[in-house]
Amino acid sequence: MSKHHVTTTINGEETEFLCETQETLLDVLRNTLNLTGSKEGCASGDCGACSVIADGTLVCSCLMLGVEAEGKTITTVEGIADGETLHPVQRQFLEHAALQCGFCTPGFIVATKALLDANPDPTEEEARYWLAGNLCRCTGYDKIIRAVMDAAAEMRGEARAA
Amino acid sequence: MPSLNYAAPTSVQEAVALLAGAAGLAKPMAGGTDLLVQLRSGRLKPELIVDTKQIPGMIGIREEAGGFVIGGATSGAMLEAHAALKAAWPGVVEAMDLIGSEQIQGRASLAGNLCNASPAADSVPAMIAAAAVAVIVGPKGERTVPVESIVVSPGRTSLARDEFILAIRLPPRPAHSGDAYLRFIPRTEMDIAVVGCGVNVTLDAAGVCTAARVSVGAVAPTPLLVAEAGAALVGHTLDEATLAKLDAAARAACKPISDKRGTIEYRIKVAGVLARRAAAIAFERAAGRVAKGH
Repeated sequence: MSKHHVTTTINGEETEFLCETQETLLDVLRNTLNLTGSKEGCASGDCGACSVIADGTLVCSCLMLGVEAEGKTITTVEGIADGETLHPVQRQFLEHAALQCGFCTPGFIVATKALLDANPDPTEEEARYWLAGNLCRCTGYDKIIRAVMDAAAEMRGEARAA
Repeated sequence: MPSLNYAAPTSVQEAVALLAGAAGLAKPMAGGTDLLVQLRSGRLKPELIVDTKQIPGMIGIREEAGGFVIGGATSGAMLEAHAALKAAWPGVVEAMDLIGSEQIQGRASLAGNLCNASPAADSVPAMIAAAAVAVIVGPKGERTVPVESIVVSPGRTSLARDEFILAIRLPPRPAHSGDAYLRFIPRTEMDIAVVGCGVNVTLDAAGVCTAARVSVGAVAPTPLLVAEAGAALVGHTLDEATLAKLDAAARAACKPISDKRGTIEYRIKVAGVLARRAAAIAFERAAGRVAKGH
């Protein structure tokens, strides 16, 4: 079969690409579009390192076919910052040193953005459950959760939590 | 890898023709959260993927004749966001919500969970307890099949190769009804059931059970409807003698295997315990009280 021609919107830009059926959206992002921020950890939907937002829904890009992106609006980690200005979630991850090797970080940033879009004032428990599909083998999660809670407070216009 | 074809038909007829016309294996796809993993591992080698999500009716939830019709590719996230469905069938919605992460919930569906045909599928005992039926479409039109008749063995369903599930129907809810699903896992999230149990009851005004369905998962090659366990509840309130009968009936239905998640003896014991606890939640909900489930 010839390749599929897909037209989609990625990080605000209309984008066209060609892909084979078996190529996942993650394959296309990394190998065809050179958007290598999304990572492949497990390729089975367990680790969340490939998280993207598709039409407002948080998904694993390794569990979505590239061809399914047709007509959709996709946000990857490359689309979170506003030009050179980091998103509050990104800044708080740096502030709290909520990363060590950094491999899981793009997935956490995207998943946190989706959380705060849906729920600007999550409890710590809600944040931990929401991020249960993002695995980090370095930090032990505490710094990540502190960064998430402070980013949420900052985005609500509140002073940072102690 | 030989070339893999993909089609996203916009009608049931077109989808059925594609499935029926494929020379090799053709797989319908809803959210794809199981299918893509099986594709990647090489466990499945289809020649065609038929993406069903563009077909009218496959995504969405509507109330019909007092019950609910849930499109076959409707995501767990959409179920969770539907207040009326959650109020009527909290056990079904909680069971679906237990599957995987937030990312998985964005794609995974009740019908997909059912057709993956895992003995440990979380949503299936909840749907069986709820007396849910699958609306199956194929070349001969539409047929409805009780959910407990779909899975025939691990990984296999009673659907023909040119059929797929268009929708899951949940029946009308009599007054004083409640359901619950509990699963046991050794952690708090992101795991596969060691045992799962769904209970659905209707009570009379005095709190006596008039109808009950109980289903267990991960304790046999397929999720089971346990008629004896339901019968143990009917005509009774939740006194200790009734709970003991329910517990014994749930245990008697189990034909589990021992594996890394649990031994035969352990799974049987836990099935009885979960039946008691799920029944307690279902009775509370049927009585109009808020009961915390999963």
